[in-house]
Amino acid sequence: MTDVATLPTAHDEDWRYADPAALEVLTPTQLDVWHEAELAPGETRSKVLVLDDAHPGIHRVRMTLGEGARAEIFAIASASAYTRLEIEVRLGKGAHFEFGGVTIGGGDATREFVTRVAHAEPDATSNQTVRAVHWGTATGNFLGRLEVARDAQKTDAAQNFKAILLEKGAAANAKPELEIFADDVKCAHGAAIGALDQAAAFYMAARGIPPEAARKLLIRAFVADAFHALDDAEARDAMLEQALSVLGEELA
Amino acid sequence: MLKIENLHAEVGGTPILNGLTLSVGAGEVHAIMGPNGAGKSTLAYVLGGRPGYEVTQGSVSFNGVDLLDLEPHERAAAGMFLGFQYPVEIPGVSFAQFLREALNAQRKTRGEEALSGGEFLKLAKDKAGLLRLDMDMLKRPVNVGFSGGEKKRAEMVQMGILDPAFAVLDETDSGLDIDALRIVGEGINTIMRAPDKAVLLITHYQRLLDVVKPDVVHVLAKGRIVKSGGPELALELEEQGYEAVA
Repeated sequence: MTDVATLPTAHDEDWRYADPAALEVLTPTQLDVWHEAELAPGETRSKVLVLDDAHPGIHRVRMTLGEGARAEIFAIASASAYTRLEIEVRLGKGAHFEFGGVTIGGGDATREFVTRVAHAEPDATSNQTVRAVHWGTATGNFLGRLEVARDAQKTDAAQNFKAILLEKGAAANAKPELEIFADDVKCAHGAAIGALDQAAAFYMAARGIPPEAARKLLIRAFVADAFHALDDAEARDAMLEQALSVLGEELA
Repeated sequence: MLKIENLHAEVGGTPILNGLTLSVGAGEVHAIMGPNGAGKSTLAYVLGGRPGYEVTQGSVSFNGVDLLDLEPHERAAAGMFLGFQYPVEIPGVSFAQFLREALNAQRKTRGEEALSGGEFLKLAKDKAGLLRLDMDMLKRPVNVGFSGGEKKRAEMVQMGILDPAFAVLDETDSGLDIDALRIVGEGINTIMRAPDKAVLLITHYQRLLDVVKPDVVHVLAKGRIVKSGGPELALELEEQGYEAVA
């Protein structure tokens, strides 16, 4: 039996990179709030979430997708306090889950995405692209658990995480976790953490682009990967601008 | 136009340039040849202001301005173009976006009005036509997936659009087949052969010089100019090698 009064600690795998100070002030009620959604067979839903200073803290989404349904979530975590988006998805036959997330910001906050995607039936696909851009002593995390059930043959699942740390002291953590019980599946995951490409920055400078503008251009291209699957061009640009707006404020 | 005097520079504490002196006047094309490790690329990077390339002595004056005092992007705005031996790939940024940003940043630094998207596109189309290059290139991400030859041709399109007063071209001919070499060479002539412009062409081979035809050829060895002469010096080098000539 699960005891809801037991609060998570950094010893819990799902919380290992969370901000310990933020965990101390958690209350059991905060951990029991879920936004639930059930998608009918063939249904498509797309949602953008901006977790900025108006929406810090913990946000939880739980979705069940019927046969051939498609769910898309595109999210930005940019609040200046601890921010966590958890997504649990159960995929029916041939369903698809698309996630594009960006953690961006400085200060000392931890911002993280925690996803648990269950491929419960055959032929389902999922694609998750997370980009992190941090400075100061901020931390960006992506914890992605993938469960492929014994029957879920022809599962095609991908996770990709990349982080750019603009200053020493910033950090990023990637924790892919794959549990695969079917044998005919494709599961790809990749992670890379680095600094801004200095060769590209000099190339841009040599063409006349000042350092701040070069940095913004490089970060824009980097972050754009996360919203690539967002079909609505206007919404895609809006998300990109929203994510980059934090950069202007804090790095100016 | 460009006046380099007694230039000493080091990379990671190792001296590479050891008292290089060189002067390029308006309307001139100078070629710099020299064995591997002579300091040719270092000279190009020092002129471009690449971080890590430290000038320890000497001066560089560009149209009367102290070049070494300028940031890399300010050098570009002042009319200096650095053609890269290995052009850098920038995923996610299209050539059009990159070049418009570059051109408008240069114009802003010079106190000129920015070009609109339409104005920029017209300019790009004109230059690409002049160089017989495919406009589709502008839609692609900067240098991503380009062959060595395509990257060098793309450098020429950039030079055409940015229209610099002075170009330092670092082994622009390396990795080119004969046709691409001719296109690049003619590109240099078309864009840069003018009374108010000048070129410093760093190369290993005579072949590009057949097309571009330098006014002066220098031999760089051990970080300084050891010999200068007319176009015939390049032919001598081609026949006899660096050791015999310099």
